[in-house]
Order: sequence, then structure tokens, then C-alpha cells
Amino acid sequence: MRIVAKGLTYTYNPKSPFASQALKGVDIVIEEGEFFGIIGHTGSGKSTFVQHLNALIRLTGGSLTVGDYDLADKKCKFLELRSKVGMVFQYPEYQLFAETVEKDVMFGLKNFHKEMKEEEMRTAVREALERVDLNYEEVKDKSPFELSGGQRRRVAIAGVIVTRPEILILDEPAAGLDPLGKKEIMQLLHAIHGSWCKTVIIVSHDMDEISENCTRAAVFSEGKVVMEDTPAAIFCRSDELVSLGLDIPVTAKCARLLKERGIEVQTDFTCDDFIGRVLALWKERGKADAQ
Amino acid sequence: MLNDVTFGQYYPTRSFVHNMDPRAKIVFMIAYIVAIFVADNFLALAAVTLFLIVAVLFSRVPFGRVLRSVKMILFLILFTAVLNLFFYSSGGEEHMIWQWKFLSLSWESVVNMIFLALRLFLLVMGTSVLTLTTTPVALTDGIESLLTPLKWIRVPVHELALIMSIALRFIPTLMDETNRIVAAQKARGADFESGGLIKRAKAVVPILIPLLVSAFRRAEDLGDAMDARCYSGAKGRTKYKKLVFTWRDLLGLLLLGALIAGVVLFNIYFGGKFGIIDYFMQ
Repeated sequence: MRIVAKGLTYTYNPKSPFASQALKGVDIVIEEGEFFGIIGHTGSGKSTFVQHLNALIRLTGGSLTVGDYDLADKKCKFLELRSKVGMVFQYPEYQLFAETVEKDVMFGLKNFHKEMKEEEMRTAVREALERVDLNYEEVKDKSPFELSGGQRRRVAIAGVIVTRPEILILDEPAAGLDPLGKKEIMQLLHAIHGSWCKTVIIVSHDMDEISENCTRAAVFSEGKVVMEDTPAAIFCRSDELVSLGLDIPVTAKCARLLKERGIEVQTDFTCDDFIGRVLALWKERGKADAQ
Repeated sequence: MLNDVTFGQYYPTRSFVHNMDPRAKIVFMIAYIVAIFVADNFLALAAVTLFLIVAVLFSRVPFGRVLRSVKMILFLILFTAVLNLFFYSSGGEEHMIWQWKFLSLSWESVVNMIFLALRLFLLVMGTSVLTLTTTPVALTDGIESLLTPLKWIRVPVHELALIMSIALRFIPTLMDETNRIVAAQKARGADFESGGLIKRAKAVVPILIPLLVSAFRRAEDLGDAMDARCYSGAKGRTKYKKLVFTWRDLLGLLLLGALIAGVVLFNIYFGGKFGIIDYFMQ
């Protein structure tokens, strides 16, 4: 499903002293099949924007279509839309509530597919739990509160992908995890992107995450999209990002330092590519010095 | 769904009333409530109303904002008013309008209803002037300070005040948390808006349990943080914000004294509220 937003605006607490305009005209197109990244500060409107995509926040200004669903249409089938646009919030492990892992993962299925048989649901839950690399037999009867933090996050993700949404949105999926946990979660998302959900959208302020994983990204600042491009193109403009008060990936930082010393590195800012190119440059210079 | 719950409805601005000592404001409010209930005729009540209007003007809070706090209990006011209209039965035969079995309607009950509704209305307006102009934290500080004498009979005033300010402090946090959990469950297809009472009550479970768990987690974290900074109760504690009684509070006190004196005088010279019936009947 293709996402097209035009002139999206949204104001929290309108007409009160606490009114704040979170979105000031967002234009964005996200194609089917992308691994899309959304970058921005706290308060840049990125969370508000993604909550529009499955109608958790109702459209108040501008237009937005997700696939064939027109969110401006009051008769739009919001429940159906929500089953197709899965949303994993920040720290999703805090939303678990059921007595067992199986029941918790089944929650979404029971809400969206009331006609499904118990057995079919069990199979779907098994597949979802196995997809997030958990052992179904081992965890299904445990209380979610017995599991470790990382396992709980996986259960929460399973609880969203169990309905096989076409678009999966994750808000800071790796927040609060150690480096290894982060890597595992991102690998998991790539696997899901390939097999379960056509489009994956991650919201993040970890620039390394974006440069390593995304096919395309958008930078939000003060309720507007200021850049929308491939990560390589975005991080080429690292000066602009810094002036917006945003961080840049480690690779871009290194590239800037090298540039100050007069060495230009052409890279797409993923770690592997950057190291490869720097090493190549290093060898060339070695050769030049030798001659 | 939870956006219309306004707790701690503090209206941030600078004004004479905002700058008053919270202790003084609490005392004013209590005295003001007494004045409302002492007032026994419409003139006295008019004086109380005038005082309220002056207070709102000095607080620089828009009138609409103060009125909005009444909206929440409008139903309650109407309900008690209607009940009083039909069940108030101390009226004499001479002013009876309509009677059926135990229900009766007399001019006395009409006057009584209007009086009661006005009192409730003023009561809510008055108390919201306090909560609109005082931050919850200042309010608990004020209460703690006013209750200090109770320490002599070993009431743990400081601890009670601390519990209250922590509770107040966490309301917005838990409100945010609730909104987030609601959104997360909605994204998984939860439906909180349709179905009967039982279905709706069941729908709340996926919100309440995560909320409870997170409240305990936060409480533990806060306890650890307080221990880590060597918190050990009231003994030898100093205050960051000292409460100071200023000329503003004195002026307010004088005004309030004048109000109560005025209300008592009106009561003595103009008789009870039913006098108005005879006035119009003649």
C-alpha cells in the first residue's frame, strides 16, 4: 500500500493556552516495499505523523491516503485499516497485559478477525512467535512478566505482526537495548520486511540505525518534512542536519573530520561501505608514498 | 478519549491572585464558602457574587475558563435543583402553586431552588478560582503549612503532604502513559467505544493492567532515587520555595473581612430569602 500525505496539519489542544501545532503541512510519499526511516527531534511531529497512518489520530487538516483508504473520508473502515497498518509503539513491552504470552499475542487477532477459529488463531500465533525468534512451546504458557526485557519486546512485536499487516510502523524499535540487542532487532525487522510486511517504517533518532538499514528516509523538523531522500543523499548534507540540531551517523562524523584534513570519501554512509572505501584510499596513499 | 479530563486545571499567567500566598488563598476559600452558606437573602448572595467577579477579574483568568469548570457539575446542579423544586415542603398554604400526593410546588420551593442552584454555582466557581490560580504543588505546600499544628499530636503532616504532591506530580505522567497504552491497544484493534456496559468494562482490562504495572515500576524507581539522595523524612528539611505572607494577602484578608461583615449585615437588615415573595406579591 502506498502512503500519500499532502499538506497534513495537526494541532494539539486547539483553542487553549496549551495549543501547539505539531504538524505544519507535511507532504510525503512512501512507496510500497520501502524500508523507510523517519528522523527528527522530540516534538518535531514524527510521532504525530505516524499515528495518522492508522487513524489513531483523526485527520483534521490536509489529505492522506493509505493504499485505497482515504483517511479524510468519515466512512473509511478504520478497524480494517488498523489491521493492515500495524503499529509498534516505543517500549512496546509495557503494553502487555494478558496472563499468558499466547493470549496476549492473540489479542489483535480476536479484535480484527472475530470469525477465525481457535485453531487457526493458535497457528497464526505460533507463526508470529517463531518469526520473532521465540520458541513457541517454551513461552506460550508463560506470563509476559516472567520474560526478559528483550523477549518481552519480541512478544509485543509478535502481537502486532500476527495479523499480517502490509505496513509495519515502529517507533524507536531499538530504544533502551544494548548494542547486541539493537543489532538483533534490526536483523529481525529486515527478515519481517522480506517475508511478512511489504513496507516497514521506523521512527528513530539514532542516525546509525537509519543509515545502516533504510532504503529511504525523511527528516522532520518543527512539523515539516525538510528532507526526503536516500540516507546516502541525506547524510551528504550533514552540515544542514547539524544546524537543525540533529545528530549524524558515526560514518558521517568521520567523513567530516577527514574532509577537514582534505580527504574526500565518496560513501553511502553504511559502516561496511565506509570502511571499505577508507581502506582503499589508505592503500592508494600507501602506494603513492612508496613511489 | 481522556483529553477532556482536566485535573490540576492551573491557568498559567501572572496576576494579583496568582502571586498570593497559597495559605492565604486556602483560608480565603474556606471563608468564602462560609460566606456563601451564611448569606441568607439575595442581596447577601449578590455581594458574594460581586466578590467572586472581582476575584476573577484580578486573577486575569478568562471568565469562560472559570465557567467551564461549572459545566462538569451542571448536571448535578440541575438534578438537585429539580429535586428541591418538588420535594421542598416547608412552604405555607398561601403560596402553593400545584400539589399532587407528596409532590408539591410552591413559590417558596421555587425561591429555594434558585437559591440552592446559585449557592452551588458560586461554590464551584469560587473553588475553581483557587485551583486555576494555584499550582498543585503550591497548594500542597500551603496545606502542609496550615496543618503544621497537627504535628504536635504526632500526625505525620510532612509525609502526608509528600504523598499528596507525589500523587499530583504523577497524574500527568500516568495520563500520558494511559494515552500511550490506549493508542497501542487501539492499534491492535481494541474497541473502547462500542458495546454494552460489561463489554466496555472488559475492554478496560488491557489498559489497567499495564498501567498498574508501570505505576508500581515508577514507584519503585522513585523510592530508589529518594533513598539514593538520602531522603529521611521531615526532620531538618528546608524548603526551596518559602511561603511569604505579603501586602497582597493582607489586602485580600481585609476585603474578605468586609465581605463577611457585609453578608451578616445584609442578613440582619433584609431578613430571610423568602422576603422576596412578599415583596413581589404585594
